[in-house]
Order: sequence, then structure tokens, then C-alpha cells
Amino acid sequence: MSNRAQPDAATQVEIYRRMALIKANDERSRKVIMNGRLVMPYYSPRGQEVIPSATFVNLNDDDYLCTIYRGTHDMLAKGFPLKDMWAEVAGRTTGTCKGKGGPMHLTYPGKGVMVTTGIVGSSMPIANGIAWGSQLRGDGRVTVATFGDGASNIGAFHESLNLAAVWKLPVIFLCQNNEWGEHTAYDKTSNVRVADRAAAYGMPGERVDGNDPFAMYAAAHEAVRRARAGEGPTLIEAMTYRFHGHVFGDQDAYMDKARKAEAVANDPVPRFRARLIAEGTATEEQLAAMEAEIEAQIDEAVEFALNSPFPGVEELKRDVFAEELA
Amino acid sequence: MSTETMAKPAKANILQAINAAIADAMEADETVIALGEDLADPEEGGVCGVTKGLSSRFGEHRVRSTPISEQAIIGAAIGASLVGFKPVAEIMLMNFTTVAMDMIVNHAAKLRFMSGGQTHVPIVIRTMTGTGFASGGQHCDYLEAWFAHTAGIKVVAPSSPKDAYGLMRSAIDDPDPVLFIENLPTYWTPAEAPEKDYRVPIGKANVLCEGSDVTIIAYARMIQEATPAVAQLAEAGISAELIDLRSIAPWDRETVLASVGKTGRAMIVHEAVTPFGAGAEIAAVLNEELFGRLKAPVRRLGGAFCPVPFSKPLETAFAPQTADIVGAAKALMAR
Repeated sequence: MSNRAQPDAATQVEIYRRMALIKANDERSRKVIMNGRLVMPYYSPRGQEVIPSATFVNLNDDDYLCTIYRGTHDMLAKGFPLKDMWAEVAGRTTGTCKGKGGPMHLTYPGKGVMVTTGIVGSSMPIANGIAWGSQLRGDGRVTVATFGDGASNIGAFHESLNLAAVWKLPVIFLCQNNEWGEHTAYDKTSNVRVADRAAAYGMPGERVDGNDPFAMYAAAHEAVRRARAGEGPTLIEAMTYRFHGHVFGDQDAYMDKARKAEAVANDPVPRFRARLIAEGTATEEQLAAMEAEIEAQIDEAVEFALNSPFPGVEELKRDVFAEELA
Repeated sequence: MSTETMAKPAKANILQAINAAIADAMEADETVIALGEDLADPEEGGVCGVTKGLSSRFGEHRVRSTPISEQAIIGAAIGASLVGFKPVAEIMLMNFTTVAMDMIVNHAAKLRFMSGGQTHVPIVIRTMTGTGFASGGQHCDYLEAWFAHTAGIKVVAPSSPKDAYGLMRSAIDDPDPVLFIENLPTYWTPAEAPEKDYRVPIGKANVLCEGSDVTIIAYARMIQEATPAVAQLAEAGISAELIDLRSIAPWDRETVLASVGKTGRAMIVHEAVTPFGAGAEIAAVLNEELFGRLKAPVRRLGGAFCPVPFSKPLETAFAPQTADIVGAAKALMAR
């Protein structure tokens, strides 16, 4: 695979910045919930930082993303502003959705975050429609639908891949195989690799190490190139591991302890950090400063969110339709 | 069917009116696109030919036949609408909306609210249904109450070519999702033709004939059962007011309350099964608003509470008929 695209030094550092942001934001989210400062359903993306970070450096702000309830990593990697996100998950009127969507429905069209769904598999049919729009306009934009391994067993996955292939849509189906569909291991729910299912619809399917920024970047680069060139959709199965239970508070007793310990020991974030320094791509000081800046931004976002007002009850009548309800 | 040929004849049927409405909207606005099973001309422009001619005129990039994949159809419509298109999606039969309920209920209806108004879903979902063609239990249900019960989606059910045209144009104009219910058995009934660019506002009922004794509120094919009932009641000395609701969600409370306030007696007639139907909602509002002025309890006439049967006598008996409406009105007068 030596002919595959490689991220240059600046891009590698940018991938790391996004990974560090996701990790820090996750750690802060769990801390804020644990401290009782915020109540929300929280689906940790910890362990899956590489996938969106190395994928979305191949995209522009006006490319589109449809993501899912476990999706803050996708959104942050796509450029979702921290303040808008934190105010939204805190249910405040300053949130991007005025507090009416919450953590499972974060939306930010300004960075192409068009839909966040709480329904397994539902990012894909909608992503097709957005990509159809790009195809009709010829605007060259790419739409990425992210989803988990569990979603590959729902009907919407199959309908969507088939339609995207038949219509040659500029869409990328990015499966984040974290080995767990809620509490059930992937191996117990399917006999085949997710990537192999692409063959059934006549599109390329690739399984890639989703914790390797170089492999992930190369796979995404090729999928984006295909989409922009009008060659149609790609299915990527990015292999990763979910460090925490399905939802915050889940004691994850069903997860094999040795396997989890192995995955955590191979935490992709410090691993990539060490590599950047070892290869001279970045310095310890440079990355430490970057991480401190991220912490400061999160501090500011959290305080902004928790000090913002809640929406008034009149919001119950707004945004149901364009016209306010009587 | 071109707009020019639609505008001239004095008569048209509902199928032609819907075709003309979509064609005129596509002509006026290039963001209007259409998709669904068998929709394009190589597939005969829909199983009944409602979209015949559209793909030849506007291109198969804008009028697309799809796989038999209802979730993918509605998902594609939603996605395109999020980026500025106005898709008219066909779910061939209303029973098939069940396959796409996640897309319709969890996404189309809710994205505006859940995004705090940052996105919205201006799609039209066309779907046909109705008893009378012996299609049995899975091809002709009226399920409008399910959607009317969902915040964020509008529901209309025209009974004439003019209303079909006018409501389709309004539905395409509308910034929010609209479920557009087409009655299959009455597709081909000729009536007054619509004029080009005519609009029927969503949420506005039509008083088809005025009366003073009893108000009959109906929609879709039930108008064709109720119209002769009104004449028969007149012969019996009962003056019935017939309201074609046209829009189920939102429904025209003002017109209906004014009518029942005048007559003091009301009956709601629909093909959907009676329990928990649209009639129950309307009856509840009439009781809330007009209690004390009602001369008789509000009456509901709906389909039998069973799956639609195949056997002809059973299918005929399933839905309300003219004689049922006449009998119910007389019973209301006798109280």
C-alpha cells in the first residue's frame, strides 16, 4: 500500500489536535456528569478518536456529515464549535439547537453537521439524499454517514448502500466497528465482516485499522477522491474499540476484561502523540501547548454553557412547524 | 400530460390534476424533484400513471424511479430537502408507509424542532389507498390518524381534482413535511378541472353544501358517499351541511365549529377504523368547545374495527356507505 496517500507533517499534527480535543472533551464530559453539574445521556466515543480525525482532514467545512448518538468525536473532528455543543448538551437556550435537541440531536449546518440521529442506522438513508442534492447541483461536495457495527444489521443500511451504489452518489459509509452493538459483541450478530457487505451492492469495501491515523487517512482519502470524481460510494469498516460501556453509567460487565485492558493499553491518542515526537513531526512543547489550549477552550465552553439560561416554555410551540403553534 | 392540455378542458380527474400540479411546480422551480417506485416513464410513470410524462419532460435526474426501498426513498427525500430541494416522494401505498415510519416520524417530522430550527424538511409524501378494489388487508388502509398524531407533519386528503391540484401545489410550497393521501378508487372520476397555479390552503375546509339541521364532516372518498346522503336527507326534510375537511392535520376548527355551532348536530365520516381515529379528535374538540349547545351527542362513522376484508360483500360493508350516513343523521335528528 506504499502508493496510498500519506498525511503531510502539518496534517498529522492537525489529526492529533482533533484527537486530543475529542479525548479531552470526553474526559471532561464524564467528569462534569460525575460531579453532578450536568445530567445527560452520554455515549462516550473514547477509543475511537482516530477515525473521524484522520477522515475529516480530507474534507472541507462545506462537506456534509450525518452522525449518530455516539457522535461527539465525529462532530468535533468536523469543526463543531465547543461552546455551541456544550450549551446544547446542557439544554440551554444558547445551544446550537436552543437546547431542544440535546446530545443525541446536535446539529450545526455551518460545519456541515446536518443530522445527528438517535436511531441506529438512520444516518445513512438521509446522507444519500444530501449526496443526491450534491449530485444534482454538481457542487463536488461529499457526504459522510457514520454509524456503528451494530447498524450494519438493520434494514436501512442495506437499502442505503444499494441505492447509493445504483445512483452512484458521492457518499462515504463510515462504519466504526468498536466490537460492540450496545451490550452484544459483533461476532455474535453477524458471520461476515461489515466491509465484505459492500460487494453485495457493487461498491468498494475496505476494512482498515481505525486506530492507525495513517491507514485511516489513506482509506478516507481514496473514498473522498472517488466521491468527488463521481465514481460513487465507498464503505469503510474502521476497526476500533469502545473504551467504555454503551452509555454512561453502564458498568460494562459484558466486556471481556483482558481484551479491554489490551485496547486501553494501546490507547491510540498517546500512541500517536509519542510517534509524532519520536519521528520529529512535533515537539513535546508544541503538543503540550496545544493540549493546554484545548483544556482552556473546554473550560470556557463548559462555564459558558452552565451559566447560560434555559429556554422558555414558549419554545414548545416553536420549530414544530415554520409557523409558531397557536 | 402537459400543463397546456390540462388547463383547457373543463373536466379532469384527480390523477390528471396531481400530475399537472407536480409538472407545474417542477416547471416553476427547479429544486422540485420527485422519486419513488416505478415513477419515471420507462417504468410507465407510476403504477397508475400519476407521474406519467414527468421524467420525459424534466429528466430522470429530477424524476427518479427507485428500488423497492421505502426507508431509502424517504431518507433520500429528507436529505435532499435539508440542502435546499423540494422532493415529492411517492410511497406507492399507504400501508407501505409502515416500512418507512422511522424516517417519517423520527426524522422528517422532528428535524426542525430537534435542530432548533436550523434545518427543516420541506418534503411531500404522496401515497394512495382506499377500499373498493378488493385488495385485502395490506393494500388499502387509511392510516392518517397515526400521522396526524405526530407533531411536525401535516396531512391532507383531497376529494376532487381542483382540491388535489390546489393542495399539491400548497404542499410543495410548504416549508414542512406534508403527507398527501390519494384515494385510489376515485382517481379516474371526472369533475371540474383546476386552473393553473390554483392553491388550496392547507388547513382550510370546504363547505360543499349549507344546511341547518346536521353537519356532516367527511374527507376523501367519503365525500362521494355523503353527497347523495345529503340529497336523500333533503327529501326527508332534513337539512344537512356537508363539510369536506380536505386537511386532517391541521384541521379547520373554525369552519367546523361555526357549522356545528349553527346546526347543533355533528357526524364525522371516515374510511379509517373508528376507534382512536380523526373522528375521535374532532368529536372531542366539538364537546370541549360546544358542550351545552349540542342537541345530540357527536356521532362517528368509520371503518369496521378489523383488517380490510377481501370478500366483496365484506369489503363493501367495511366502510361507511350512503345509507349508513342517512340512517345516522336521522337518528341524530330523533334525539
